[in-house]
Amino acid sequence: MTKYALTHLEQLEHESIQIIREVAAEFERPVMLYSIGKDSGVMLRLAQKAFAPARIPFKILHINTTWKFKEMITFRDQMVADLKLDFDEWINLEGKKDGINPFVHGTQRYTHVMKTEGLKQALNAGQYDAAFGGARRDEEKSRAKERVFSFRDRFHQWDPKNQRPELWNLFNCRVHKGESIRVFPISNWTELDVWLYIHKEQLPVVPLYFAKARPVVRRGNAWIMVDDERLPLQPDEQPEMRMVRFRTLGCYPLTGAIDSTADTLPKIIEEMLRSRDSERQGRVIDFDEAGSMEQKKREGYF
Amino acid sequence: MSSYARQIDELGIDGYLARYGHREMLRFLTCGSVDDGKSTLIGRLLFDSHMIFDDVLAATRKASERFGTTGQEVDLALLVDGLQAEREQGITIDVAYRYFATERRKFIIADTPGHVQYTRNMATGASNCDLAVILIDARYGVLEQTRRHSFICSLLGIQHFVIAVNKMDLVEFREERFEEIRTAYADFAARLSVRDITFIPMSALKGENVVHRSTQMPWYQGSPLLAHLETVHLASDRNLVDLRFPVQHVLRPDLNFRGYSGTIASGTIRVGDTIAALPSGKQSQIKSIVTFDGDLQEAFAPMAVTLTLTTEIDISRGDMLVAPNNAPPLSNAIEAMVVWFHEEPLQPGRQFLVKHTTVQTAATVTDLRYRINVGTLHREATGSLQMNEVGRIRLECARPLAADAYSKNRATGSFILIDRLSNATVGAGMVVERKLADDATKRAAGSADAGSNVRLQHNRRIKPEARKQRLGQEPFVLWITGLPRSGKSSLAYALEQWLFDNQRHVHVLDGEILRLGLNRDLGFSGADRWENQRRAAEVAKLNLACGISTIVALVSPLQFEREQARDIVGAEHFLEVFCDAPLAACEARDQDGLYARARAGEIDNVTGVDAPYEPPTKPTLALDTVRDSVDANVQKVIALLRSRSLVR
Repeated sequence: MTKYALTHLEQLEHESIQIIREVAAEFERPVMLYSIGKDSGVMLRLAQKAFAPARIPFKILHINTTWKFKEMITFRDQMVADLKLDFDEWINLEGKKDGINPFVHGTQRYTHVMKTEGLKQALNAGQYDAAFGGARRDEEKSRAKERVFSFRDRFHQWDPKNQRPELWNLFNCRVHKGESIRVFPISNWTELDVWLYIHKEQLPVVPLYFAKARPVVRRGNAWIMVDDERLPLQPDEQPEMRMVRFRTLGCYPLTGAIDSTADTLPKIIEEMLRSRDSERQGRVIDFDEAGSMEQKKREGYF
Repeated sequence: MSSYARQIDELGIDGYLARYGHREMLRFLTCGSVDDGKSTLIGRLLFDSHMIFDDVLAATRKASERFGTTGQEVDLALLVDGLQAEREQGITIDVAYRYFATERRKFIIADTPGHVQYTRNMATGASNCDLAVILIDARYGVLEQTRRHSFICSLLGIQHFVIAVNKMDLVEFREERFEEIRTAYADFAARLSVRDITFIPMSALKGENVVHRSTQMPWYQGSPLLAHLETVHLASDRNLVDLRFPVQHVLRPDLNFRGYSGTIASGTIRVGDTIAALPSGKQSQIKSIVTFDGDLQEAFAPMAVTLTLTTEIDISRGDMLVAPNNAPPLSNAIEAMVVWFHEEPLQPGRQFLVKHTTVQTAATVTDLRYRINVGTLHREATGSLQMNEVGRIRLECARPLAADAYSKNRATGSFILIDRLSNATVGAGMVVERKLADDATKRAAGSADAGSNVRLQHNRRIKPEARKQRLGQEPFVLWITGLPRSGKSSLAYALEQWLFDNQRHVHVLDGEILRLGLNRDLGFSGADRWENQRRAAEVAKLNLACGISTIVALVSPLQFEREQARDIVGAEHFLEVFCDAPLAACEARDQDGLYARARAGEIDNVTGVDAPYEPPTKPTLALDTVRDSVDANVQKVIALLRSRSLVR
């Protein structure tokens, strides 16, 4: 390559920084949604890069469904302390009061109340007019058509037929009061790009991504980790210790682990490259019905 | 085995990571008519390069049984047709982005729809692409849609075309048919400005010449599509000559650091370089190029960096840093080609917001010069541009833009048009060569054109402070906005009387005064009303310099027009007062029959009836002119002026 050329990772990085800065410059109350996962970690690093040597000029917000892996919360609190983030957590207290949980109410209702409704409550409470999310277009088919700046009406709804054309890197940042934009600065990154970047930057990630002996039970095609005593075990279920890791992190009852011995970043990348399954395979929520992600997005999910 | 796995076996994971780190990126779009097989082609590209995961393939197999059109085989098109709505309709309704990588490059595919009504999405996809794959159905040859898509790709500056003559299996893989199509297309394309056109005969359905070389078409000597995509030369497409650095964000973490963040649109920049800031023209030197990963000696397009300067000059978002001896022309008037996206047609006289680099400003389309017939590429006279049409416009902007011709600089030659009321993105523009623009500009010298020779001469000896002292007052501009008959003039004259009685020097400007004299050449179109207000603001500014306060009472219905007035006058002297009265109340006061005539259709452009009114979001003062008397409201304004120490 010539002297004045960028590698694809550098190019992605510079493009994402441009997007993040544009939001900070044009919106009154932006916020960055942090889900603790690897994509969020990359997004957070990009935000640091966008404003260095200054601090990240907006709040970092976590929608806590109360069913996250314990290690995720520990990791999150460490990141907040290490990076001195302006951090906020939101829990849907109504949902918590009603005892909404994925076992009794089903994954769809649980996700709707604790994630989608919780998110909407948090965005309304903060009067945020722009919210960064770490979604990537390669994750799922309906995401492939998502804009980088995804317009939401005042009910946070996404109308796939009424999205603004997005040309060059000229983003239309205009919204009326109550309306908002979901911004996806790493839209063009793939799962592989994310891991290559984590490797290049030596970014910290939640230890759950690395293989380790963990207590799990078999449910359908997935290993579900017994992260705390809230996981109701069937009479015939006996947790066993297995070498497993997670390709994607969410709520522990909804996130399946895979058998793996990959305990370093290069090994994770190697395993992913040799894999025959996509990363969302471990996520229970997308398998509920055809077009399920599209449906959730229309309702206001990320 | 996947292509990744093969590479890792060869190189080991560390070797793989080292090599992968140096790949380039290529963005390309696929376009063509309905049923040309775009989705199938992309599905084939991903499938044959082993980019499809097992679970995705299984889901696709399931979907094929429900929606598929290929019988027993997996319908590869369903790998890429994402949204439920379009699966059910069997068409692609939006740009879908796909990602894959090979040993040489990472690819981003913009899969763009073929329907004529979705041409806007094609332009969207094309705007960021380096290369276009244009599909032609071998049975039908070059169609209206082929020409339209080719023209738009060329208009959006794509330099590399691949003409994929698809479905060769349906014409028995005949070379003559391929040659016929090649000749027909080449005749048409001679009129486009595209550097590099490659023709490839293929069958996406059968996998011929997509990833693997065709065994059915031995007469074709060129590369299959994927090999071509991996090797096409891109480096010379970038502009590394003209430094353009639009300031995106000013970084001031503390008093010791002032940095200008932005993405280098073109060119290179080194520590020590002299730069000029547009529009001020002030110069300084680059002190440092700051990044999170440490300072750099040199940076180039399209890097996102932060610059610090050796001297403090006033720079804000929207300014552009350039090399002093290589600056783009700075002008309020822009000549551009525009692709129109909105259902409501574009008509001259309409006002918009323009977003160009990091600048957002108000603008009026003052001329629609012609429309391009994309079938024939002929220019046609027209009074409006319909959705998906392309035309040439002249745009007059409230602030001067530092724009290059799009053909020379994609980043500084492009803009979008935003509807002020709905905030929809209604058009995309590409600046044409500026020399042509100036020739075509009739009012250039007469307008507030920053490119003209008029410069403010600092010959004035009497300072504003001296005038203030002489007159014994701190002058201000009180700008009253509200619907017609909302009580603006009553308030203005009552206030003028009070101020006059209290030994203040003040003068009212309202619609009648202006339109009977200074602005008698103006009508009531959007552009003329805007000009009416601009002149009022300029007069108020002149008064200010004389030490005299001005009360402006104008409907001034639009937020950006009032913002422009504020900019002209200077925010520190500008007070915005909103006469807040519901339309019904104003209509009830309609003594001279303005609303009645508007309702009867006798007159047009009456605010509140057939022209919009945007209430101020943050007025300095809002007055309820229905509930409160004129005197009570005058007292509120006086209280405001007192709180600002403008009267005693």
